[in-house]
Amino acid sequence: MAQLDKRTKLVIEPVTRVEGHGKVTILLDEQGRVKQACLHIVEFRGFERFVQGRPYWELPVLVQRLCGICPVSHHLAAAKAMDLIAGVDKLTPTAEKMRRLMHYGQILQSHALHFFHLCSPDLLFGFDADPTVRNIIGVAKRFPDLAVQGVMLRKYGQEIIKATAGKKIHGTGAIPGGVNKNLSVAERDFFLKDIEQIMIWARGALKLAKDYTLDHLKDLADFGSFESNHLSLIRADGAMDLYHGGMRAIDHTGRKIFDHADYQNYSEYIREEVRPWSYMKFPFIRALGPEKGWYRVGPLARLNTCDFIDTPEAEAARKEFLAVTDGKPNNITMAYHWARMIELLHAAEKIRDLLHDPDLQGEDLVLKGTRRFEAVGLLEAPRGTLFHHYRVNEDDQATMCNLIVSTTNNNMPMNLAVEKVARDYLSGRQITEGLLNRVEVAIRAYDPCLSCATHALGRMPLVVELRNCQGILLDRKARNCDGHVE
Amino acid sequence: MDDGLGPALAERLGQLGVPGITVDADYQLTIEDAASVAAHDVVIFADASVSVPPPFEFKAVEPADHLSFSSHSLEPAAVLALARQMFDAKTKAFTLAIRGYEFEQFGENLTAAAERNLEAAVAFLKLWISACATVASIRGNQEQEDATPTVTLKLSPENLN
Repeated sequence: MAQLDKRTKLVIEPVTRVEGHGKVTILLDEQGRVKQACLHIVEFRGFERFVQGRPYWELPVLVQRLCGICPVSHHLAAAKAMDLIAGVDKLTPTAEKMRRLMHYGQILQSHALHFFHLCSPDLLFGFDADPTVRNIIGVAKRFPDLAVQGVMLRKYGQEIIKATAGKKIHGTGAIPGGVNKNLSVAERDFFLKDIEQIMIWARGALKLAKDYTLDHLKDLADFGSFESNHLSLIRADGAMDLYHGGMRAIDHTGRKIFDHADYQNYSEYIREEVRPWSYMKFPFIRALGPEKGWYRVGPLARLNTCDFIDTPEAEAARKEFLAVTDGKPNNITMAYHWARMIELLHAAEKIRDLLHDPDLQGEDLVLKGTRRFEAVGLLEAPRGTLFHHYRVNEDDQATMCNLIVSTTNNNMPMNLAVEKVARDYLSGRQITEGLLNRVEVAIRAYDPCLSCATHALGRMPLVVELRNCQGILLDRKARNCDGHVE
Repeated sequence: MDDGLGPALAERLGQLGVPGITVDADYQLTIEDAASVAAHDVVIFADASVSVPPPFEFKAVEPADHLSFSSHSLEPAAVLALARQMFDAKTKAFTLAIRGYEFEQFGENLTAAAERNLEAAVAFLKLWISACATVASIRGNQEQEDATPTVTLKLSPENLN
C-alpha cells in the first residue's frame, strides 16, 4: 500500500465513543478517485507492558483479560509458552488432549457465534435490508430454528470450555507443564449425549454457508477480494492442526514461501511495522518486505495452506471448497464464511473423537523440567494465527511480552478489503448507507476482534470519513451501537 | 474490589443451598444465557452498581424491543427478549443492583460499605424467596407464575425510616 501523500493532511480525530472504535478514512486523489482507505484502531491496550513483572505462572490466566469472547486462545497460547519456560517440551497425553478439547470447544462456540449471530443477518436478509430487521432479533423471528441452533452450538462449546478450563470465561485449566484437571466420566457422558445433534447442526450450518456462497458466487467473487499470501500452522504431515505445528506461508498461487518453520524463531520469518495512524501493527513476511509480505490468516488461510484435514467430513468439504478455484488457493474474501463452517464441522468431529478417548480420564496431568528464560507459544485461534512471546527472569517474573493477535495479522487485508469496497461502491462524494453496509460486511468476513469490542450483533458501530486530497473532510457517517446512522 | 459484588452474592446464595434455586456466576451475559433463562420460571440478574441508592435496587425487567450491538455487553432485557423469542419462554426476570463504591483499586475484598449492602441484599433475597414459596404453597397447584410477587423495590435508608 502506498504511503500517504505528504501533501494530504490527515487529521485523526478522537473517535466518537461508539462502542467498538472502528474508524475508516477514505482518501481521494486529485481526480476524486479512491486513493486509499485506512481502518484505524485507536485503542491502546497496553497488555504487553503491564504483564511485565508478573510471575510467569500467572500469565495464562492474566492474558485472557485481553478478551471476553476469545479468552481460551490467549490462555492456551500463553500456556504453550509457559510449558517451555517450565522446561516441558511435550505434555502428557491427558494434558495435551484436555487442551485440545478445550481448543475445539472454543473453535466451535466462536465460529457458531460469528456465523449465526454476527454475519447471518447480512447473508439471510441481504446487505441492504432494513437495519431494524437485519439483526439477531430479525433472524430469531424469521428463522427461529437457525437462531436456536446458533445458541445451542455456542452453549455446547462453552460447556466444553467450562469442563476443561474450569470456567466458561477466564478459566484456569491450562497451567505451565500441563493441566489441573482431567475430564470425568460423568462430564464425558454429558457431552456424548448431545454430540450427534451438534454434528447435525454443524452440517446444516456448513450447507447454508456453502449454498449461499455458490448461489451468489458471481457477485461475491469480486466483493472485497484480492490476491494475497496466506499463513497458518500445519502438522508435520501437512494436515490442518489448530493446536500445534510448524508455520507454513504460501503466496496466492499456492507456492510455498516457507514451510514447517519453527515458530520459536518466528522473528526470522515475521516482522511488524508500526504506522502512525493506528495502534494496531502491520505484520509482514520478512523475506518479501512490508509492501508485498502482508498475509491473511484464519479459516480461509488455513484451508488454503493445509494439504488435508484429518477428519473425513471436513476433508470432503475442503475438497468441495477448493474445487471452486480449481484446487488453487481461494482468495475470495466472502469465502471466509464457508471456510469457517468447514472448521466448525471439523471441530465437532474432533470433539466427538476425543470424547471417546480414554486418555481424557488419565491421572498424569503435569510435568516439570529445567527452567528456561524465553519462549513462544503459537496456535490457530478461531480468527487466525496467534503469537505469544515472553521472556522471564531468574525471579520468575515476565520481563518482555510480544503479542501478535489474529486480527493484527489480518490488519492489512482488512484495510485492502475496505479500500476495494470503497473503490467499487463509492459514488460521488457522499457516503451512502449502501457503502456503510458493504464496508461492514467486508470487515466482518474476517471476524475481527477489534479491541474485543466490535463483535457486533449484526451491526458494527463504525465511523467512516471521506476526505479529499487535501485531507478536507467531505462527508462523515457514524453508525452507533443501536444501529442509528448519523 | 466492589465489582466482585455479583460473584460474592452468588457465593452466599450458593451456600444457602435452597432447593429449586440455581446459582450461576459469570463474567458477562452472553447469547446462550437465553437458553439458561428459558429453563427457569424466575431469574434474578444481580450485579454491582455505581449509582443506585444504597443498599440496592430490585426491579422487574421487561424484554428489550431492540438490541445493543455488542456481544460483550448483552443487557438482561436483551437476554430476556431472546429467551422469549427463541424458546417461547415465560420467564419472569428481575435485576438486583447492589451499590458498590471502589472500582479502581485491585483487591479481593469488598469495601466495608459494599459488604453491608451485600448483607442487606442477601437478607432481602431470603425474605423474597421465602415469600414466593409461601404464596405458591397457599395457592396450591397454581402455576409458579401466579405466585411471583410483581413488585418494584427501591430500598434506601429514607424508605426504611
